[in-house]
Amino acid sequence: MTTTELEQSASVPHAKPAPSRKTFGGVRIYDHVVLWFGVFLMMAPLVVAFTTSSFDHVLIHRQGMQFGWGDQFSQTYSTVLNQQGGFTGEVTGWLMTQNSFILGIGFAVGKIVISMLAAYAIVYFRFPFATLAFWIIFMTLLLPLEVRILPSYEVVQQLGLLNTYTGLILPLIASATGTFFFRQFFKSVPNELLEAARIDGANAWRFLIDILVPLSKTMMAAIFIIMFVVGWNQYLWPTLMTTDETYFTLVRGIKQVMQNMIGADIPKYNEALAMAMLAMIPPVAVILIFQRMFIKGLVEQEK
Amino acid sequence: MTTLKIKNVKKVYPNGADAVKGVSVDVEDGELVVFVGPSGCGKSTLLRMVAGLESVTEGEIELAGRIVNELEPADRNIAMVFQNYALYPHMSVRKNLAYGLKNRKTPQAEIDTRVSEAAELLQIAEFLDRKPSQLSGGQRQRVAMGRAIVRHPAIFLFDEPLSNLDAKLRNQMRLEIKKLQRRLKTAAIYVTHDQVEAMTLADRIVVLNAGQIEQIGTPAEIYSNPATTFVASFIGAPPMNMLEATTTGESLEIDGQSIPYSVKHSGRVQMGLRPERIKIVNGEAGFGFDVTVLEDLGATRLVHGHIGGQEITLAQDADLPAPSGHIKIGFQPDDVLLFDEATGQRILT
Ligand SMILES: Nc1ncnc2c1ncn2[C@@H]1O[C@H](COP(=O)(O)OP(=O)(O)OP(=O)(O)O)[C@@H](O)[C@H]1O
Ligand SMILES: [Mg+2]
Repeated sequence: MTTTELEQSASVPHAKPAPSRKTFGGVRIYDHVVLWFGVFLMMAPLVVAFTTSSFDHVLIHRQGMQFGWGDQFSQTYSTVLNQQGGFTGEVTGWLMTQNSFILGIGFAVGKIVISMLAAYAIVYFRFPFATLAFWIIFMTLLLPLEVRILPSYEVVQQLGLLNTYTGLILPLIASATGTFFFRQFFKSVPNELLEAARIDGANAWRFLIDILVPLSKTMMAAIFIIMFVVGWNQYLWPTLMTTDETYFTLVRGIKQVMQNMIGADIPKYNEALAMAMLAMIPPVAVILIFQRMFIKGLVEQEK
Repeated sequence: MTTLKIKNVKKVYPNGADAVKGVSVDVEDGELVVFVGPSGCGKSTLLRMVAGLESVTEGEIELAGRIVNELEPADRNIAMVFQNYALYPHMSVRKNLAYGLKNRKTPQAEIDTRVSEAAELLQIAEFLDRKPSQLSGGQRQRVAMGRAIVRHPAIFLFDEPLSNLDAKLRNQMRLEIKKLQRRLKTAAIYVTHDQVEAMTLADRIVVLNAGQIEQIGTPAEIYSNPATTFVASFIGAPPMNMLEATTTGESLEIDGQSIPYSVKHSGRVQMGLRPERIKIVNGEAGFGFDVTVLEDLGATRLVHGHIGGQEITLAQDADLPAPSGHIKIGFQPDDVLLFDEATGQRILT
C-alpha cells in the first residue's frame, strides 16, 4: 500500500479530516515520524551488521562496527557458504542452511498436522472425556520445552534418536496453541456442512481431506508462518540433541564461527555477521510469501 | 405405492428433551407433504430422523420398502436441502453438485450428464464454474437444490429452504420448487413454520404441535375442517377468531347475545369463526359489535373490535365504506366451528 492509499482508506470514516492534524503532501507527519522511528529502531542494527559483514575481520576487531561498504563482501559470503568448518571439517554454510530448512519445515508441518488431527478428534468425534483431553492438551502450555528438557532428552536418547532429524523434530511438534486454534476454527464451521457431506457419502477421512483442510488453508498459512520462524530459530533443543556436526543448523553455526577464537586468532566477526544475515533471509521470505496468501484468504472469506 | 412410512416414531434427545412423541405418517409416491408447526414442535427433528442425521429412539422408518433406521444418511437414497444452503464454500458449483456422485464412484461421464441436466433444469448452467460466495441467495438455493436433484433420490427433504430469502424471492422460489417437484415426480417432505408456504405447496399438510400430529389433510381440508383449536388458529391469515360461547341445542349464545342455532351439543364451547366469513349486516338480526381499530391491507381491510368482552376480527373488501362505532355483524351457521372447551377437539355438528 502506498502512503496515499493509506491516507485515503484511513480518512474514509470521517468525511472531513480532523483539522488539528498537520498534513504534508497528503501524508500525516506525526504518524510517519512514529513509523519511521520504529523502522529505524528495528532496522539500524541489521543495516550495521550487514555493512560490517563486508569488512575484514582484523579491521572490525580494531575499529568496531562499520557503516560504509567494505571490499570483502563476496569473499566473506562465499566463504561462509562453502568453507568446510567445524572440528571435522565436514560442515558448510549450505549444509547448515539445509538443516535449518529441514528443522523449520518439519517443525511447522508437523505441528500443523498433529494439532489439526487432535482438534478434529476433539471437535467431531464423541469419545469419553473429550473436553478433559482438550484441557490436558491445553495445560501443556504451562510446560514449555525448557521445563521438560531433561526428561525429553532422556526419552529421545532411550529411543536412540540422538543425532537424527526425527529426534530433532518429533519431540517439538505437539502444539497446544495450534490445537486450540484449529479447535476454535472447526467449531465455527457450520454443522450443516458436516451433515451435507454425510449425505453426500463422505466418510470421516474424506470430510477432513475434502472439506476441512481446504477450508483451513488460511489458518494453516498463519500457523505455518509463525511455526516456521519458531522452528528455524530453535537453539536449545538442537544444541542438546545433536553432537554430530552434520546436523548443525545455521543458528548454531553463528556461535560456532565465533568459537574459532583458538589461540591468538582474531574471531571471524565478519563471517559470523554474514551468517546471521543469511540465517535471516528464509524466515523473512516465508513471511513475505505466506503473508500474501494469508491476506488473500482473509479478504476472500470463503466461509 | 408408498415411498416413505413413518411408523410411531419417537425421539428423546440425550439431554431428555422429548422432541417427537409418537408420529405416524405415510408419504405416497410423487407426493409433496409439508410438515408445519410452531418453532420447537419437532418438525426438523422428524425430518432429520428420516435423513439419518438423528437416531430414532423408537418406531420404524421405512423408505422404498426397506427399514432404514440403522442406515447411514448416504445409504438411504435421500437428498436434503438445508436452510443455510450448506454448500461447500471452497468448491465450484460444478464440484458441489458432483461431490456426492464422486463419493459414490459414479462414472465421470454419468456425473457430467447429471450435472448438466440439473444445471439446465435450474438455470444455473452459467454459474457452474463460480464459487458459492459469488452467487446471490436465490442462486445458492438453486445450487443446493441441484445438489439434491443430481442424486436421483427416492425422496427430497427440505428443511425451511426459503427462510433466508427475501419475501419476493421466496414466493418465486416456492413456485419453482413446486413445479420442479411435479416435473420430477419425486416424493418430498417440506418443513416450514410458515402456514402460507404450507398451504400453497402441499399435496398434504401434517400439522405438528409439541411433538405430536394435530391433523393430516389436504390444504383445503385443513383450512375448512380443522380438527382442533390449535390447527384452526395456526392455519389461515388473519387467524381464526376463537370465542367462548354456549349452546343450548337450539341457540348459540355469545356474551349474552344469542342467535338460533341447532346443534346436538349443549354447554360451554369454543367457537371458531374465520374473519372473512363474517359480514356487517343492517337491521336487527346479528351480534352487536364495537369497532376499535381498522387495518387496511390494500385489497382487504381488517376490522378489529369486540362482541361484549371478546376480541374479534373480521375481514372485508377495502372498497366497502369503513365501519365505525357500534354496528351489527352476522355469519352463516355453517361457518361456525365448535370445539370442546377443555380438550380443544372439534365437535362435529
Ligand atoms: N440436538 C438437540 N439436543 C437436544 N434437544 C434438541 C436438539 N435439537 C432440538 N432439540 C429440542 O427438540 C425440540 C424440537 O426441535 P426441532 O429443531 O425439531 O424444532 P423445529 O420444529 O424444527 O423448530 P424450528 O421451526 O424453530 O426449526 C425443541 O424443543 C428443541 O429444543
Ligand atoms: Mg427446524
